[in-house]
Parts: sequence; C-alpha cells; structure tokens
Amino acid sequence: MSRISARFEELARAGDGALIVFVVAGHPDPETNAEVLLAVADGGADLVELGVPFSDPLADGAVIQAAAQRALTKQMTPARVLQAAAAFRAERDLPLVLMTCYNPICQFGLSAFARDAAAAGVDGVIVTDLPPEEAGEWVEVARANQLDTVFLLAPTSPPARVKKVVDLATGFVYCVSRMGVTGARDELPADLADLVGRIRGQTSKPIAVGFGISRPEHTAEVCRVADGAVVGSAVVSLIDREQGSAGLAREVRNFVNQLKRATRGAQGVDGRR
Amino acid sequence: MGGSAKPSPSARAAHFGPFGGIFVPETLMAPLGEVAEAYESARADPEFQSELERYLRDYVGRPTALYPCRRLAEQCGGAKIYLKREDLAHTGSHKLNNVIGQGLLARRMGRKKLMAETGAGQHGVATATVAALFGMECDIYMGEEDVRRQALNVYRMRLLGARVIPITSGSRTLKDAINEAFRVWMATAETTYYLFGTAAGPHPYPTMVRDFQSVVGREAREQMLAHEGRLPDYLVACVGGGSNAIGLFHAFLEDDVRMVGVEAAGRGLATGEHAASLTAGSEGVLHGARSKILQTAEGQIRTTHSIAAGLDYPGVGPEHAHLQAVGRATYVGVTDSEALQAFDALTRLEGIMPALESAHAVAHAMELAAELSGDHIVLVNLSGRGDKDIAEVQRVLAEREK
Repeated sequence: MSRISARFEELARAGDGALIVFVVAGHPDPETNAEVLLAVADGGADLVELGVPFSDPLADGAVIQAAAQRALTKQMTPARVLQAAAAFRAERDLPLVLMTCYNPICQFGLSAFARDAAAAGVDGVIVTDLPPEEAGEWVEVARANQLDTVFLLAPTSPPARVKKVVDLATGFVYCVSRMGVTGARDELPADLADLVGRIRGQTSKPIAVGFGISRPEHTAEVCRVADGAVVGSAVVSLIDREQGSAGLAREVRNFVNQLKRATRGAQGVDGRR
Repeated sequence: MGGSAKPSPSARAAHFGPFGGIFVPETLMAPLGEVAEAYESARADPEFQSELERYLRDYVGRPTALYPCRRLAEQCGGAKIYLKREDLAHTGSHKLNNVIGQGLLARRMGRKKLMAETGAGQHGVATATVAALFGMECDIYMGEEDVRRQALNVYRMRLLGARVIPITSGSRTLKDAINEAFRVWMATAETTYYLFGTAAGPHPYPTMVRDFQSVVGREAREQMLAHEGRLPDYLVACVGGGSNAIGLFHAFLEDDVRMVGVEAAGRGLATGEHAASLTAGSEGVLHGARSKILQTAEGQIRTTHSIAAGLDYPGVGPEHAHLQAVGRATYVGVTDSEALQAFDALTRLEGIMPALESAHAVAHAMELAAELSGDHIVLVNLSGRGDKDIAEVQRVLAEREK
C-alpha cells in the first residue's frame, strides 16, 4: 500500500480528516522553502503538496502565480524541486505529492521524471492540466515507478467523467470546490456536500477538496463531508507576509497546527468510508 | 512535393498527428466540451451555414479581391505575385471571418457576453465589433505592454463598447492575456463565450477557427482558376498562431501546390529575440495543446520578440506543427528589417499598406518570386491592412535615422 493510502486509512480509523498543505517549491527561496516544509510537517500536516513552478499556469490565481514567478527567478528547475523533495524525505516521513503543469515534466522526460521522483521519495504526482484523455503515457510510467496518480474533478464534471477520473486516480481524488482558479475565499461553496456526495457515489477512494480553503473553520467543514482538505494560497500568502522574519517557521507551524486541529474527529469515531 | 505524404487530419478529431489535444485543468473540460458540441451541431445545420454566408457577404464584405501585383512582381523580376486581399475585409483583417462564425455560435448557445484575448488588437477589435452587432457585452484581455503599443486599437475597442482589461502578469503580452482569459472563463463559462482568435489552443478551437477561416482559401482557389486558369505554384502566409495561413492553405491541401508559412524571425533567429516557434522551437504543451513552442530546456515558456505584435507569440497552431512534421508545408523566418522593407515596397509600388504581420509574408513572396521564372505564380495572403502600424513604423524608422 502506498504511503498516501496508508495515511488516509489511518486517519479514517481515527475519524480524522486529512490536512493537505500546498507550497510552491523554492518560494520565497530554496533555503527558506526547506525550513517551511519542515514547519508544515511539524505543524501536523498529513500530506504535503509541493508545487513545481511553471511560467504559465492556467489553474492558479495571483498568489500562487507570483510565488512561482519568484521561485523561477531563484532558478527553481524541476531537477531542483526533486532535490528539495529528497532533502525533505530524508527528514520526515509524511506523504509527499508533487503538483505540476504538464510541460515541465514533458521536457524533463516523463519516464525520467517518474523514476527520479520515486527515487527522491515522492509518493504521488498531480498534473493539473493533464485530463485522463491525454494521460495514458504518464499513468503508465508513474505506475511503473509506484507513484500515485492523482486526478482532479470539478463541479461541472458529468457523472460519466467522474467515473473515468475516479477509476484512473490512485492515492486520492482531488475535488476542485468551485469553478475558477486557486486562491483564498471567505466562504465555502454551499453545494459542497452534494459535490462530494456525487463523487462518493462512484468510488471508495479518498476524496480531498481544494481551491478556496483558507481557515480552520473551512478545514473542519470540508472534513465533515470529505476525507481531506487542501490549503494552498493561504499558506503561500503567510509565507509572503512573513518572509525574512525570524518567526516565519513558527508562524507556518502554528497556522498549520490550527488548520490540522480543526480536522480532528471531523468524521466521527467510525469514520465514514 | 506533390508526391510527398499528404496529411489526412480527421476534420473532427482533437488531434493532428501527435499534435493538438486538450491539455487543460478539469474546470475547463466542461466549457470546452459544450463549445465543441454546439459547434458540431451548428456546423451540420444548413440554417446556421446560410446565416454565416449571409453575414460574410453583407457584413464582412466577402468575397475579398484577388489582386495581381504587376509593379511589385516586375521589381522582383520573376514569378507573378497575387494578393488575397483580406485587408479589405471589414475591420481590416481576416480576423472577422472567425469572429462572425463564433459570434453566431455564441448567440446560438444563448450567451450574452463575449470575451477574447488580443495581441495587436485586431482580434479584439473584430470581437468588439461583433459584440456591438449582436448587442452583447464584451471583455477584451490584453497584455499591459500591448495596451501601450496598440493605443489606437484599444481606443477603437472602447468606442465599440468593449471593456479592455490590461493584464499585468508574466511578460504582459499575448500569452499572458490568453492565460488570464482562460482563468476568468473557468468561473464564467455559464454566461460568457470565450471567442478564441487563432487556430491554436485546446480542441475545438484549432479545428473550428480553421473551418471559419478556410473561406479565404476556397475563394482564392476559385479566383485563381478564373484569373489564370490554373492553381498557383506557391502559397505564402504569415504565421503567429496561424489562423490566416491555415485558412489559406486548407482548400489546397490535396492540390499540387507548395505552402510556405512565414514566422517572425525578429532581430534574427541567432539572437534568440524572435517568435519562430516552428523554425526554431521544440515540441511542448502550451495553452491547452501539444505543438511547437519556444521554451527553455526546463520547459518554461520563453519571451518572444517581433515588430508585429500579431506574430509575437511563443506557440503556434497544432495543425501547422503537423503540416511541418509530415512535410506538407514548410516554414521560414523573416526578420523585422525584412518585413519593414516589404512594407515599404508594397506601399510604394502598389499603393497597398500591409499590416506588419502580413508584410512578413510579402517579404518572403518577393524573395521567392525573384528566384522563380515568369511562368510561376505566388499567392500571398495579405491578412491585414497597415493603418494600425503607422505609429510603430514611424517610431522604428525615426530610431534608425538617429
């Protein structure tokens, strides 16, 4: 069983939701980023998503775009992202997922990327602009290297598509909470339970919800209906605000800890799945 | 050449050989699927087709003329040169052919608002024009740098009632305007139609835009047979995203006619400051399709340069990548300076001021004509008129005189 699946099972037994934290690799600079990753782990995140910076990301809002641009000016190449992943893996045990656009891994070579990611201790990869229709080659090389392949679903994905995506996904299914780009929002969408329910009807794989989730109230509410909540832009913004301050790692750890505490027991003692 | 591999792109498939496809976030899959489905139904509907024909004739001003350039050909001293006069279409370029088609589709889908990206502003002006015609709202996404360079077109769009939204992310040019337009569309697709301007992007755009633009080649083929009793030896068209070129080429794919696409070599291919994705790029995925793109070894998209804002783009339509790969069309680069010389030559010798984009095609046609004997024919797509570029030409020439 993959490290990702094992973690979701363990959480389900405890009735907890998973807290998944996204940061952009190399943001605000590679050294600080290494400290941030450890702080995320120590704050209690169940899974870390490390973003591979790309010059032209279609799904990202202003905060993550700017963080990626900044990381690119620090020469954060895919090869360096893999080095950062390996350095993190040497220190901590929690599941690590890379989130990337397709072109950087195409240029790296799909097969070489899967091999090197697995060697670096990465557990899974999300390719944000690779729908199942185009994913044949990637899924094959990822499977050959025991990497989980996480795919996304949107509120507009029709039932036949949901089926196709959940069948192909391993590790977990990433449910985009609303139409639009990444970025912190004040409110969760009102139809979130319906949305997750429609996916739940077609799979027993864990479902994590992301996009617009930024506060402990949100992670608590999401984990009442789903198996995990992804927080990205809110953490990236905190890093932006606190960069250069001696308290950065502490602030990140505290914020992650608040987000995590809200997910505890969210699913009730028997879990839901 | 006539015996070389003929491409057989299935008209409705999402792919052209290994190129094309749909590489987008899941949030765009449903909106794109809806457009593709609506387009297939419209395409098969005789009423839609006859309405499109009516608008092309009465509003766009089709057919546009096919004009033999006697003085220009005389100066080159070789083959005959014909111009397909898309510069005479309403709004001054071929762009309206596609915009009328997609505008009718948007109306058929019940959308009340159009959105579009634009670089030089020609597609933005065409979209703002159709929005005015159909009484729709209109948002145009334009890189901040292009807003500055194309002030006249920005004002034209505003006069037409469109909102021009300057984009400050990335390199602040066309590629960033496209990124932002897709991001906004993800959240607004229920009410807004994204009217993509070139034969690139995710399926169905490369196919649909090519279909709407192929009226150019169909007319030119008929007109050439009427003028000369035979087909031309060469077709020449500029390629940014590639819509005017694919529009001209498509009707000739099965003919024994050579096709040349002309890309922006900017300050020279060796300088790295150009926009020649086919001649100097490599295979990659940008804006939802696999094609040839300009990128670093790590797969980051490069910044580009061309004197012609409409060619200043790091990608190209996937069908062109396919035509190049199978050897059915060839692609060459023309520099800023060569384009300016052609701009000057066509203006002085024929009284026709080409858009700087189209001047790239004219430059290559002149070179080609000079190498060929008098019994050859070169047909150039004059995709747009040069009024929008006068200030830029003036600025560049003044700089050179210093």
